[in-house]
Amino acid sequence: MTSSMFFNVTTFAYLISMLVFFVFLASKNKSIGVAGSLIAYAGLAIHTVAIGLRWKESYDMGVGHAPMSNLYESIVFFSWTIVLLFAYIDLKYKYRIIGAFVLPFALLGMAWAQLGMNTGIEPLVPALQSNWLLYHVITCFLGYAAFAVACGISIMYLIKTALEGDNSSAQSGGLLSMFPPLKVLDDLNYRAIMIGFPLLTLGIITGAAWANYAWGTYWSWDPKETWSLIVWFVYAAFLHARFTRGWVGKRAAWLSVIGFAATIFCYLGVNLFLSGLHSYGGGAK
Amino acid sequence: MATTERSFVENVWDFFCSLKLTLSLLISLALTSIIGTVLPQGQLPPEYVAQISPAKLQIYSKLGFFDMYHSWWFITLLYVFSLNLVSCSIKRLPHVFKFVSEPTLVLGEASRNSFSLKQEIKISTTPENGKESLNKFLGAEFSSPVVTEHNGEYHLFAQKSAWSRLGVYVVHLSILVIFIGAIIGSLAGFKGYVSIVEGTSVNAVENRNGGQIPLGYEVLCEKFSVDFYATGAPKEFRSILTVLENGKPVPGLSQVKVIVNHPLTYKGITFYQSSYGQATEGSEHFITVTPRAGGTPEKLAVREGVGVTLKDGTQLKLLEATQEVRQFAPGYSGPAARLEITPKSSAPQIFLVFKDFPEMNAQRGDALIFGYDGTNAKMYTGLQVAKDPGVWVVWLGCTLMIIGLFIAFFMSHKRIWVVVSKGHARIYGNASKNQAAFEMQFDAIADKFKQLKI
Ligand code: HEM
Repeated sequence: MTSSMFFNVTTFAYLISMLVFFVFLASKNKSIGVAGSLIAYAGLAIHTVAIGLRWKESYDMGVGHAPMSNLYESIVFFSWTIVLLFAYIDLKYKYRIIGAFVLPFALLGMAWAQLGMNTGIEPLVPALQSNWLLYHVITCFLGYAAFAVACGISIMYLIKTALEGDNSSAQSGGLLSMFPPLKVLDDLNYRAIMIGFPLLTLGIITGAAWANYAWGTYWSWDPKETWSLIVWFVYAAFLHARFTRGWVGKRAAWLSVIGFAATIFCYLGVNLFLSGLHSYGGGAK
Repeated sequence: MATTERSFVENVWDFFCSLKLTLSLLISLALTSIIGTVLPQGQLPPEYVAQISPAKLQIYSKLGFFDMYHSWWFITLLYVFSLNLVSCSIKRLPHVFKFVSEPTLVLGEASRNSFSLKQEIKISTTPENGKESLNKFLGAEFSSPVVTEHNGEYHLFAQKSAWSRLGVYVVHLSILVIFIGAIIGSLAGFKGYVSIVEGTSVNAVENRNGGQIPLGYEVLCEKFSVDFYATGAPKEFRSILTVLENGKPVPGLSQVKVIVNHPLTYKGITFYQSSYGQATEGSEHFITVTPRAGGTPEKLAVREGVGVTLKDGTQLKLLEATQEVRQFAPGYSGPAARLEITPKSSAPQIFLVFKDFPEMNAQRGDALIFGYDGTNAKMYTGLQVAKDPGVWVVWLGCTLMIIGLFIAFFMSHKRIWVVVSKGHARIYGNASKNQAAFEMQFDAIADKFKQLKI
């Protein structure tokens, strides 16, 4: 399988990109920052090709399906969406140093998938043979990725306030001088969640629609469903706290980190610690 | 009003309108929901009951933890949540409507200073003439303004997407719509299960409490079959169903293939492929016993779990049988049976015998070779059955929610005022959301405004 070689190159590119961003942080040399972004984009391009190849390979094997059917494939897709959103924020808002705090998530995902998981292409069990799988996984993971980006940005915010104090006008030197101003970080956190929340909502709705179509109940309080709702409640609380009670800055950053922790539990914890319909690769209900 | 003597009703009203309540509810729902993902729900598995202390078991049951999403306290939380949502909207919506339908047409002196987006030009003509040109300008560049004369000044007011302020309320309404859909479903719908043996039909299904729900028609299972991947994982299991009304097939619903993810619906009731198995009742399995030393084979018909004694005194019991052994014995396929063979005066042996691998069968047993010839057992198909007349209301609510979120997050109410006075004109702008994007649009308009020669 050539796709697995491409995935290895992708992982390596994200590693290099992250390290370059760290050097950028220390050196404050603009062209190093540009290099970090370019390597991340190159990784993203190879990543895209690799996903496409794996898709094609599954057809060559006669078990053709979109590469989103098990834990390995979902993590690979998750990493892809994280870097995609980073690219969007980098190009739109021009704060590429965020890469130093976002790429580690993508790298972690890829490294874990490549080193710790069964990478084989498996045929789809009957329960997963539906186009809804595609809509459901894409919307959910785009949402998760937006929350990952928001979490990275919030960590930057928390580091900056911890080292600098709440006074956003204080200009200290060192690593922090590369960070965007606190106000910008706070705003980007909100924006990322504003992208993630509707996507998560769509993800929950497509999941419900699929469940209704496939076994006649749109909601059965399965642990995965419930956890996605918990995540949804946390971010709804974030939005209301921010919008109506003025929870910005540190408290908003903490809520964003807590929200992402819940997201990760929803994604991985439920599969590893709890049982339910979503244990990937499990048979039909 | 005197705050010390507020009536009880007002306090209750304020409590239900408060956003502190909203936040507490969102957090409470998030935290309590965790319980049901950690503790088993519904029918408790015996292993769980064995491992938990009786006192704990009793407390948890009392608190409804084993069916927590239907417990009185969780439902109460959801009702308070809905009340909160309704009262909040009742309190705020009139303000929002007023804000949209009666916009601030005249900018007071005080509020003019609060704008961060503004620009001023000198004009040489009278305010009346200036008003005419600026009316055209604003109409072309942004949106047609309303002109008001006030204290010798002309106030031009133009706005875009005022209704976007309602987006949040569309989201809130959508939650209530979804709840209504769910309530309709639970009152007027049902969830059930039925298993149909090949060649037979049913006219009722079993609900969750074991009660019978008549369908008003019959469902006949013509055939059931399973396909497997080479790995032994199931690829597709399919039932061929026919719907019968008054004993006759319903046109278009004869020999319908039903597989996972492709259900069958008739008269609002939907049948979903969910499980399958071999009907044990009344079915026989066929076994051939051949003496290894040679001689006439003995043909037997046995029932699952019932022991028989062979001619030489050996005890034979068929423990279980399957139509496809691959998932239990990788490398083999086809029908197989698990036998318990107890020769006279020795210990019992348990092994598999295959229909399609006689050479494997020949390696088992001592003095006797056992073969499996299959069964006359029929397959049964297990179908989930559901009727949910509220589901369309739920989808309506979901659609509203997505539209509402989109409006609330990505659209903003943009307003521009132009105040024409003697000798000068000023332009002011404001947006309800995404100030940065509006600033660019405003700056572009303000640049053109500065070029005007009036
Ligand atoms: C008890 C339930 C709720 C109440 C009382 C409530 C109340 C409110 C209020 C008063 C606002 C501010 C509106 C304004 O000032 O214009 C608001 C905003 C909002 N609410 Fe709710 N809400 C509730 C539940 C929810 C839920 C569950 C969601 C999830 C989809 C939600 C989504 C929103 C959104 C998206 C906003 C706009 C926030 C922003 O623009 O950042 N609300 N809510």
